Amino acid sequence: MTGVLDTRRTATESPDHQHAHPADGHHSHSGHFTHLKCKECGAEYEATAMHVCELCFGPLEVKYDYEAIARNVSREKIAAGPNSIWRYKDFLPVGSDPIDVGTGMTPLLKANRLARRLGLKSLYIKNDAVNMPTLSFKDRVVSVALTRARELGFTTVSCASTGNLANSTAAIAAHAGLECCVFIPADLESGKVLGTLIYNPTVMAVRGNYDQVNRLCSEVANSYGWGFVNINLRPYYSEGSKTLGFEVAEQLGWQLPDHIVAPLASGSLFTKIHKGFQELIATGLVESKPVKCSGAQAEGCNPIATAFKEERDFIAPVKPNTIAKSIAIGNPADGIYAVEQARKTGGHIETATDEEIVEGIKLLAETEGIFTETAGGTTIAVLKKLVEAGKINPDETTVVYITGNGLKTQEAVQSHAGQPLEIDPKLDSFERAWDRARTLDRLEWQQVLV
Amino acid sequence: MAIKVLIPTPLQKFTEDRAEIECSGDTIDAMIDSLEVSCPGIKARICDDEGKLRRFLNVYVNSEDIRFLDGQATSLADGDEVSIVPAVAGG
Repeated sequence: MTGVLDTRRTATESPDHQHAHPADGHHSHSGHFTHLKCKECGAEYEATAMHVCELCFGPLEVKYDYEAIARNVSREKIAAGPNSIWRYKDFLPVGSDPIDVGTGMTPLLKANRLARRLGLKSLYIKNDAVNMPTLSFKDRVVSVALTRARELGFTTVSCASTGNLANSTAAIAAHAGLECCVFIPADLESGKVLGTLIYNPTVMAVRGNYDQVNRLCSEVANSYGWGFVNINLRPYYSEGSKTLGFEVAEQLGWQLPDHIVAPLASGSLFTKIHKGFQELIATGLVESKPVKCSGAQAEGCNPIATAFKEERDFIAPVKPNTIAKSIAIGNPADGIYAVEQARKTGGHIETATDEEIVEGIKLLAETEGIFTETAGGTTIAVLKKLVEAGKINPDETTVVYITGNGLKTQEAVQSHAGQPLEIDPKLDSFERAWDRARTLDRLEWQQVLV
Repeated sequence: MAIKVLIPTPLQKFTEDRAEIECSGDTIDAMIDSLEVSCPGIKARICDDEGKLRRFLNVYVNSEDIRFLDGQATSLADGDEVSIVPAVAGG
């Protein structure tokens, strides 16, 4: 092994929930995070670059000193902070000056037209299609992961990606001056490949699906001293998604919504939004209230939805076959936690066919002026289904998370959006075309010579 | 019969830091028992008390997830490569 950071640490062999701070004495950073803890067996570890429990392989999660956070934060302090995720730095697992590329604080749009179309009264879109710098929510998690990577001494960063994560890791690594090598499936949408290459990382296009890319990266992470944002830095990385919960609460005037609908890939984002809400309650920034959490998957990659519907406590992996590539994870690591969260909160997990996903993209674009990618189309399609099935109360304040931008997945809608009307630069040519446009369905335009 | 097993970092304390181990066995279950003989203690980390593989661990035979094959009863042939990979967050 070359240049491997010593990431192995001894677990607290007997998971003793009474002793919550095994890393005390090693706590040399200025953040409020204290250690890592296994979500399954409770074993505790120092806050180093590791992601699974040595005892049971359960995922590790960052733990914090919430009393210290509560003493340090206030609504006013947060509002006076940077216009980015770093206004919530007290809740994030970093101890140094963060890599701030302006990520976060995306619009929370009151979606009146879409609400009317669906029969809802109070619908909001959290629009991470315009998150900076690479137009997906991934910039949140990567900003946190790379800040922590730098603190832990990594000089090369990497990821296994369905596209958006590669865009974000490459861009933010470029800004931070970190070496970068990313792994993607070879069949990704061209916009996502170009949107990575432009930052000049090394890009490995793996002949295989995302789950195979992940497996390869786990093996690479074993033997190279690199910081893989979603492997050995995963506990820190995933915490970045909490900011999607924080921001929504702040933008709603420090209130929690009644119901959220979010896409499900690995299940991490979904669980971290909820964790964000819980942390705001725990530190007294919002009043406690139940928030129903509903999730959206593509029918062509539905392992979490299936486990939810069949009331199972394990995820049976599937081989993805859907246009929604950014959420096509057949073997979702946090899937079981997403199922538990939907159940516990009274939410639902539903799926959308590829056709419904395209319709979802168009519906959001036509009603709210937001061009989302396939993951967003899935979420809108599932929102519609849940409303139609009576699973979302029209009076509830519902927030839908749109996590990526449609310009990156143009292939998905290219043949569904029609064509422009080509005319001569003459008034009569325009007038003929305008008359036709008033009488023809837009999809027929392309067959008509005006 | 030789089976090559790829060992993830958290388990390498049982393999004297080796990332690859050769062992035998005509099924995944038999391979795990063989691994336990050469690397004592490793089975208790891979499997729960009932001998079932832990739910956050993925096992592949020649790149195929054993859950798409016959699970722990999946048969192995000479020269097969088995990788043990902890679950990874999404991307």
